[in-house]
Amino acid sequence: MSKVNDLFKSELKVINIGLTSFAESLKETGYKVVHVDWSPPAFGDDVREALDKFNEIVSTKKVDVDKANREAFNRLVSARPKLVRMGKAIDLVPGMKKNMLLHAGPPVTWDRMCGPMKGAVLGAILYEGWAETVEDAEKLAASGNIEFSPCHHHQAVGPMAGIVSPSMPVFEVVNEAYGNKSYTNMNEGLGKVLRMGAYSKEVIERLRWMEQVLYPTLARAIEYLGGIDLKNILAQALHMGDEGHNRNRAATSLLFRQLAPAIVKTTNDPDVVERVLKFIDGNDHFFLNISMATAKASLDAARNIEGSTMVVVMARNGTDFGIQVSGLGDEWFTAPAEVPPNALYFPGFTKDDANPDIGDSSITETAGWGGFAIAAAPAIVQFTGGTPQDAINKTKMMYEITIGENTTYQIPYLNFRGTPTGIDIKSVVEKGIPPFIDTGIAHKLPGIGQVGAGLVDAPMEVFKKALIAFVKKYS
Amino acid sequence: MAVKGILKKGEYYDSVTLMLVQKDALNIPGVEDAAIVMGTLQNKSILENSGMLLEEFKNATDADLLIAVKGKDDEVVEKALKEIENLLRKSRSKSEGSSDYVPKSLDGALKIMPDANLVLISVAGKYAGDEAIKALSKDLHVMIFSDNVPKEKALRAKQIGYEKGLLVMGPDCGTAIINGAPLGFANVVERGDIGIVSAAGTGLQEVSSIISNNGGGISQAIGTGGIDMKEYYGGLSFITGLKALIDDDETKVIVLISKPPHESVLKKLQDVLKNNKKPVVGCFLGANKEIVESLGAYPVSTLEEAALLAVSLSKGTSFDKFKKEIEEREELIKNEAKELAKHLKPGQKYFRGLFQGGTLAYETELILTDMIGDVYSNVPLKPEFKLKDSWKSEKHTIVDLGEDEFTVGRPHPQIDFQLRNKRILEEAKDPEVAVIYLDVVIGYGTNRHPIEDLVPTLEEVRKISNALVIVNVTGTDKDPQNKRALITALKNASAHVYERNAYASKVAGYVIKEIGG
Repeated sequence: MSKVNDLFKSELKVINIGLTSFAESLKETGYKVVHVDWSPPAFGDDVREALDKFNEIVSTKKVDVDKANREAFNRLVSARPKLVRMGKAIDLVPGMKKNMLLHAGPPVTWDRMCGPMKGAVLGAILYEGWAETVEDAEKLAASGNIEFSPCHHHQAVGPMAGIVSPSMPVFEVVNEAYGNKSYTNMNEGLGKVLRMGAYSKEVIERLRWMEQVLYPTLARAIEYLGGIDLKNILAQALHMGDEGHNRNRAATSLLFRQLAPAIVKTTNDPDVVERVLKFIDGNDHFFLNISMATAKASLDAARNIEGSTMVVVMARNGTDFGIQVSGLGDEWFTAPAEVPPNALYFPGFTKDDANPDIGDSSITETAGWGGFAIAAAPAIVQFTGGTPQDAINKTKMMYEITIGENTTYQIPYLNFRGTPTGIDIKSVVEKGIPPFIDTGIAHKLPGIGQVGAGLVDAPMEVFKKALIAFVKKYS
Repeated sequence: MAVKGILKKGEYYDSVTLMLVQKDALNIPGVEDAAIVMGTLQNKSILENSGMLLEEFKNATDADLLIAVKGKDDEVVEKALKEIENLLRKSRSKSEGSSDYVPKSLDGALKIMPDANLVLISVAGKYAGDEAIKALSKDLHVMIFSDNVPKEKALRAKQIGYEKGLLVMGPDCGTAIINGAPLGFANVVERGDIGIVSAAGTGLQEVSSIISNNGGGISQAIGTGGIDMKEYYGGLSFITGLKALIDDDETKVIVLISKPPHESVLKKLQDVLKNNKKPVVGCFLGANKEIVESLGAYPVSTLEEAALLAVSLSKGTSFDKFKKEIEEREELIKNEAKELAKHLKPGQKYFRGLFQGGTLAYETELILTDMIGDVYSNVPLKPEFKLKDSWKSEKHTIVDLGEDEFTVGRPHPQIDFQLRNKRILEEAKDPEVAVIYLDVVIGYGTNRHPIEDLVPTLEEVRKISNALVIVNVTGTDKDPQNKRALITALKNASAHVYERNAYASKVAGYVIKEIGG
């Protein structure tokens, strides 16, 4: 019995690619049909050729891409990230040096750094006491005596400018399934903050307080608790209206519930207890950095899988947008970062003030939450330009470019379907669907801070470059 | 410059709604800056920086709404504040206007319908081949409606399908009915035990409709596109379809429809049919009987005969009985034509056929050439009878309006009647025209309003000409256009309406003969 005869005996289920009327006819006559909103691929001959070569690699079985991607995906979703301890960056972060500043995104030199990143660098220099004045800090930054290095080169992530200096306290997250670790600094709150490029006296003072009061208090509590299961918190937060990037209110609250009794138990000074708890409570984004470290620890376990087209890093430094791909080692594929076209601005600010997209926080989308899970976060769906349905559609679109669905992180509204997880560069290029990212927006000048929030598509260019590199490597 | 504000105690909006309203507020003429925020410490400091922290805002709490506007003068600011309150009200009642997610790719569709089994492709030919190959690689049957698919891609798709035992209908396959479902341009037919493989789109519509209209039913109707029977493609789709019908328990009678296939393809068909036990009707338009008989099939010369014979065989009547019926019918047609011819005036002598359906045009051309001699056409049987200008008729003329020369940049004539309507009126103005012959192919995919789009033109014809308007309607009563109403409307406009192309063509042929044309 042939496959055609099987078809005759089955219920007909049609996928219609092209004329809408054909799908309508089938629906009208009572047949099941799914219509595809197809559009011609928007790429040139180089990419066309790369796609052909890619198919050849698959058909000649030079490398088993599907198997490699399954492996990468499984590692990503089976990660068990746990917050285990805190310490100074110089003591914990691998490769950290006394004269080093980590920054967000792909590598960038001082002369190419955007305004907010420069501002954050100046702030960090003042904070470390390497210079007394902004002018001296600027001279030092430009002198070549400070080594700039991407957070991602040190198993670390930082939101917005992502500046981590040697004395800054960091969280350590351990992926208990694979043993790898990730690091991130503490979130300072909104408005004039270092990560947005502000470096005024109050910014530095807050950082000092965080180092001297907040950090030891938290460190004691975390130690007392024996660590905190982050996978659990994030999974619950998605059920509570967070998407783990632009909205972290639920996750911050869940973390707060675990920390509060432990802080009370391990800190004698009630004033300190009060101020620390108020600080966390007053900052809905306190969990953001930890969410990012959760993503980083989960994704790093999926790096360097031979033949995998899964993206393991998406990051921006405010000048360039860069990605890294599991099967392509440590190579960065970059393109200019864009100013988010769909954004909402704080009073007094407009698009003209906005810096191009910046920060490592797109690691959350890379791991399958953030913008990819926006259908779970009705409170912020208007960033997508409208209604909850638009947000649902955005999440559904991301399923088209991802390898699978996360079994732990779910979206209640989609019948608890897992979030779209594991971006596949081939699908992105072939279907012309860029990953999209929830993002904060920093002022383009140093020293000002956050001016809004919005949505941005990852530039297609980086995925095309990566695909071309992939076929070159595996042909 | 004026700054004014409103504090609304205990009125909570989420920050995104507020930012959206603020965005709109900034567009109000004369407004220089506006802030609509909850009264958090953070927001108050933002207001302070932009010079909009009014005295009354200073004690506001997180749950209080602050609205501040900076503008040209008091009047502007007052107006803006009212407008902002309106915007806020509207934001609360904003309805959910957007619709469900439509996937962007085959993969995306498969995530929604993982057990899909057929992919219908009608994107531009340049891309259709790739989409088909993608679908075939996922073990899905395909129908490629698109034309102009690059030859190599089309052949590759057919080869993959053939190797995998998957159906590849097309490229350039306009019609199929699989498991009763009308695919592309297709009619809603009765289900039954007659299976069809057809390399002719409107041919398939005509045969399946006549079968359904005459008490028979269709098990499966597989279209292949005309190019399939060419040597280059080797009839791969046709053979796959035929094999499946031979193996199909629901199919008792098989009908094959095609122009005469290439010799190499014919050879393959002979091999496939060697051990077949089911009766086969072979409608190879324009081929001699021997070719069809070499397949062990019953030869028929028209689509109508193919359909009627298939119905007879399905009901167990003999081939000879069917033959006799067809012959007896010929007398009826002659008499009908004689009556019609009486209405014509001396000098009216030419036949003008304007077709939507390519196979129907071809069939009429064969019938008329046989009856009244050579016919001019844009797709002539003999090259010397090719119209010098497809847009102008000469003597007896048949125009296939579905040819590329007419459809580039325009919808197919089965959908858009405008071009043909114009041509109908031109023919009507010609005093030498005796018969204007039209086909109206209904069903899914085709024009949904044939009455509104055609009848006014026929009424126009009546005013300027007494030429006979003969219309063949291809379709069934279950089609969405309401065939009965269509036929009544056409008759009211003085058209002579038939439901079989061959029959109608013969009526026209005898009319021309009668008047000595």
